Amino acid sequence: MSEYKVLDASDLEAISQYVPRERILWADEINEEYSHDELSADASYPEMVVKITSAEEASKVMRYANEKHIAVTPRGAGTGLVGSSVAVEKGIMIDTTLMNHFLELDEKNLTLTVEPGVLLMEIGQYVEEKGLFYPPDPGEKTATIGGNISTNAGGMRAVKYGVTRDYVRGLEVVLADGTIMEVGGKVVKNSSGYDLKDLIVGSEGTLCLVTKAILRLLPLPQKNVSLLIPFPTLAQAIGTVPLIVSSNVIPTAVEFMEREVIMDSEEYLGKKFPDNQADAYLLLKFDGASVEEISKYYDSVAQICLEQGALDLLIADTDERAEAIWKARGAFLEAIKGSTTMMDEVDVVVPRSCVNEFVEFVHDLRKEMGIRIKSFGHAGDGNLHVYILRDDMDDKKWAEMLGKAMERMYLKARELKGQVSGEHGIGLAKKPYLKESLPKESMKLMQGIKKAFDPNNILNPHKVCFD
Amino acid sequence: MEILVCIKQVPGSNKVEVDPVTGVLKRNGADSKMNPYDLYALECGLKLREQYGGRVSVITMGPPQAQAIIKEAYAMGADAGAIVSDRAFGGADVLATAHTLAQGIKKFGKFDIILCGLQTTDGDTAQVGPEVSEQLDIPCVCNVKEIKGVEGDNILVDMEMAQDIEHLKVSFPCLITVQKDIVQPRLPSYLKKKDTENREIVMYTLKDMEDQNKNNYGLNGSATQVQRIFPPTSDKVQVTWDDPADVLAEKIYSTIKSRKLLG
Repeated sequence: MSEYKVLDASDLEAISQYVPRERILWADEINEEYSHDELSADASYPEMVVKITSAEEASKVMRYANEKHIAVTPRGAGTGLVGSSVAVEKGIMIDTTLMNHFLELDEKNLTLTVEPGVLLMEIGQYVEEKGLFYPPDPGEKTATIGGNISTNAGGMRAVKYGVTRDYVRGLEVVLADGTIMEVGGKVVKNSSGYDLKDLIVGSEGTLCLVTKAILRLLPLPQKNVSLLIPFPTLAQAIGTVPLIVSSNVIPTAVEFMEREVIMDSEEYLGKKFPDNQADAYLLLKFDGASVEEISKYYDSVAQICLEQGALDLLIADTDERAEAIWKARGAFLEAIKGSTTMMDEVDVVVPRSCVNEFVEFVHDLRKEMGIRIKSFGHAGDGNLHVYILRDDMDDKKWAEMLGKAMERMYLKARELKGQVSGEHGIGLAKKPYLKESLPKESMKLMQGIKKAFDPNNILNPHKVCFD
Repeated sequence: MEILVCIKQVPGSNKVEVDPVTGVLKRNGADSKMNPYDLYALECGLKLREQYGGRVSVITMGPPQAQAIIKEAYAMGADAGAIVSDRAFGGADVLATAHTLAQGIKKFGKFDIILCGLQTTDGDTAQVGPEVSEQLDIPCVCNVKEIKGVEGDNILVDMEMAQDIEHLKVSFPCLITVQKDIVQPRLPSYLKKKDTENREIVMYTLKDMEDQNKNNYGLNGSATQVQRIFPPTSDKVQVTWDDPADVLAEKIYSTIKSRKLLG
């Protein structure tokens, strides 16, 4: 029996006082998409969806929910992969997608202030037109920035530029009791007490609701060149990465990919990949002021790669060439999804020197268990995406195989001193594995923080660190 | 089999700027690339060589810095390259360009198949290819969507027409222009780039040409004069629908279907 209040007509009437009825979805008006995210197996309909347009509206809804003890689940574009935006306790879902405005571009401080519903791809386009650059580059470009902040999304440029947390300067948030509060700001440095802003980034909507974000921008690099590097074996490809990382040049991205995933992507996009001579590839990207400057960087990287057995280095130095590769890379998740009936993922991150060991482990596991497991990932930052495919397994066998495969992989990641999630978050799906991987004291601290922010536990209950 | 691919250097960015005073395209040598359409022609040439043997040569007309795209073609696998370059060739329209290229091609060698991209991203006329064939007095097929193969001294191609597709058998020597996406162009190879760093690029100027009449080249030889170049007005159409979900779904589906975005 849930401890949360079940909504009735009086709640609808009350919430309609704060938010116009036409922006509230109730009972049958709630579309199926609000019951799940993009990958997690968990599904549950909220009882009400409120499409907020301001922090003030969110504040009133939260205050009401807090008083009545109604569960509140924030949701952006629903592109999450671990169930963070699934309303497990039903209640109210706060949809932030209408809060999709650019509020301010401050070129003196190089910051961009946005509402949480702005899409990642819109941010990229908006700032690049002005010669500026928002570096975090997760594959899912239709995610909202609010969602990116909630999971501390990483993406492909993390090797050189870091992750979302590194580009959030300040936030406006609504606390569980309805208080509207600002954390951080436009300042570059900040040693003023505990950094609540950094704590909120990555908290998956369990601590508060983000209603505004001040993002840090950089000048846009003038040029970039990608190198697609075919290797005879995946082990050779990944084995080269630590040597590249420890050389004096820093690529913006270092990805690894295997032939079979590339073929899935060719089929999914209906477009041939520009090369097919090898089973394994590294994909590197460099940026800089000019093509000449960049070619100096990759000359030294080329020597390293060739010494390690690379068959060649293919140069993507124009928009068309880069698009032919990166479009394929960007479609990997959807392409793998399209190649099977159902799948689940492991988003572990291991020290960069251990990527090869982990990938080899996954290959062996695949053979041992006799199931299809596909992987690709950010070789440069140690974050791997491993997908376990259901194919034609029945419910029982799938549950059994999935559990076993997950268990083995997380165990291996722990052994290599890795972490449960590199960028997708914990949500519901990875909760047991987080619990196993962190010290008890660490979980206790997290639970204490959650209680301090949300004493009545109304915000996104049962996620991350709470059973 | 001797294959020649005509290539052109174009501005590196799609955001082409027009000089408001002279009406001439602003060409910045530091930011240029091979015409993306020519990459498809070059890839077709390289594939034909792989399948049937022979040599792939490239030719371009342009200022000396256009040699960069010949080097690029070498890094993709071309065997030989020539540039047709002379101040006297400047300001050429499609007719004068085709004449100059045809003169250069005659000088460069005998070719069985001449491949061109459908059009360029800066000039956009799609006429230089066919006009070169006219000047060389050889058959031409445009809009080729598939090369089926080579049979003796013939090439088999599918030409896309507005309503139908024509299967054609064309005898050598001939010129064909290929559509975008006919093949996926390969990427330049670092190893080939290093290997061909010092490979010769043949240079032809006016004095090398069979036709020495200056009036057939450049601005003088142009039948058309550009009066004004200006950015086109956008023909982007935006429609907003505000209907229930099921009506919207139907509308979106029928729109996608009528625009042939769905198979």
